[in-house]
Amino acid sequence: MNQRIQDAYEKRPKDWVYNLMTAVIVVGLLIWSASAVETSGSTQDGGQIALNVLSGIFHPDLGFLFDFTKKGVPYLMLETVCIAFLGTIVGAIISIPLAFISASNLTPKPIAFAGRILIMMARTIPAFVYGLMFIRVTGPGAFAGLLTMGVCSIGMISKMYIEAIEDLDTHVIESLDAAGCDTWQKIRYGILPQLMPNFASTAIYRFDINLRDATILGMVGAGGFGAPLIFAMNSYRWNEAGALLAGLIILILIIEYISTRIRVKLTRG
Amino acid sequence: MIDLNLTLYDKIFKPKEYVLPNGKKAYKKASRAPIYVILILAMSALSVRITGFDMKILTTRIGQFFVILGDMFPPNTGYMPTVWNPLFDTIKMSLLGSVVGALLSVPFAMLASTNVCPSKIVVTLMRVMFSLIRTLPTIVIALVATLIFGLGTLAGTVAIAVFSFGYIGKLTYEEIETVDMGAFEAMQAMGATRSQAFISAIIPQVLPFYLSNCLFNFEGNVRYAAVLGYVGAGGIGLILNEKISWREYPSVGMILIALFVTVFIIESVSRMLRKKLV
Repeated sequence: MNQRIQDAYEKRPKDWVYNLMTAVIVVGLLIWSASAVETSGSTQDGGQIALNVLSGIFHPDLGFLFDFTKKGVPYLMLETVCIAFLGTIVGAIISIPLAFISASNLTPKPIAFAGRILIMMARTIPAFVYGLMFIRVTGPGAFAGLLTMGVCSIGMISKMYIEAIEDLDTHVIESLDAAGCDTWQKIRYGILPQLMPNFASTAIYRFDINLRDATILGMVGAGGFGAPLIFAMNSYRWNEAGALLAGLIILILIIEYISTRIRVKLTRG
Repeated sequence: MIDLNLTLYDKIFKPKEYVLPNGKKAYKKASRAPIYVILILAMSALSVRITGFDMKILTTRIGQFFVILGDMFPPNTGYMPTVWNPLFDTIKMSLLGSVVGALLSVPFAMLASTNVCPSKIVVTLMRVMFSLIRTLPTIVIALVATLIFGLGTLAGTVAIAVFSFGYIGKLTYEEIETVDMGAFEAMQAMGATRSQAFISAIIPQVLPFYLSNCLFNFEGNVRYAAVLGYVGAGGIGLILNEKISWREYPSVGMILIALFVTVFIIESVSRMLRKKLV
């Protein structure tokens, strides 16, 4: 028995040349990338700042955290949820036609490719650039924020939608055809039931991400809790930043719990 | 009404009854769609009120959106020589940050998976840590890092490493939990220690997914690193921010094109590698 195991072990594939080459390339890249690590040096003692940050985060400004007026944390969180929610809806709606254009099983190759390039370009522009563009349209505030969230969501949402469309089971549609259904019925009973859970699940997942990314909007003045958070941090008011972060963490954990439950339900049907 | 597990909703909206040709009765539960539609509409109405969404402004002023975009073309090609350095800084930052974060996350991910770590308390602690780290926005981590480590790429690298730690850690412990434990048990039965069994029985199963996740994370980080410059954490975001505040849009266009090409190349290579892995 042990002899047989030994023999089988001796016959294992030996691809050490390949492994060695990969290792050399990876280590080489790492050494190359280490050359970029530089710092202008901290103005103060870094450890002291870290301690301040931690103590601020663990001693949040409770008055601010439970201030139920328009300036308190709860309202800012509500505003952020609303921005993320509408932003996700805007993004999901724009993504649907884009995804159908770029699905290679529906449209000719060149058009699908052009669609994909368009989606990639939309994805490359960083959020704060979009934020600035939309502030020209709507003025600063939550409205610009939700449009920015929407455009930033397009990249991921349409990518997932394309995958869902390309995975469509065409047999269902064929059998509906054989049963004598018209085009509308084929879409209603053959395509929608296959796509809807997937589309909804993607949108909910993106809503989760948008909520986390909403801080960036604050940098350009596009609403939500980002701006107060960054102001508080830049002026070293760690208790205030701690209150905002505490609110954010609670909010994200709640939303994540709910969205995971909905998505599990959606995938199980 | 036999063996239909009826919820409150079904009691209010009765299931539809069909009589089949053989005399049996079939029930179709009332669709849940109306509830979802009402919920989504209510949430949308609230959001529209709070955010001040206004279709009229959007349709009349959307042209303004393309003003800046139009100014970016034609891009200022003369600016390209200055872009190279920050661009490579961004790639280096994301590469180093992704690798450091991904490597550091492995031991913690092991402690967070129920099939490897026997102690329930440790598992829970690790999971709470991972979810707390993932809730912290990267931009906040970067801002704190610039305060602690000073302005520059080190802060960006740290921020990316922390983000990758949380992201890869979560995916890895989920992956470890779904492996086939048969090989692990067989190795233990043959007298291998727990760690030996982990190395030879679990790592080969997890490794392809782990590497694939790492590549995917790296892809995303390159794009994300562009934002980090905004808080002074080095890389291409720094010059992007600078050129935007000076309203030199042709240069901004050049930066974005360079970023686009880089992301395109990295994504293509990484997709190719990931196809080989999984």
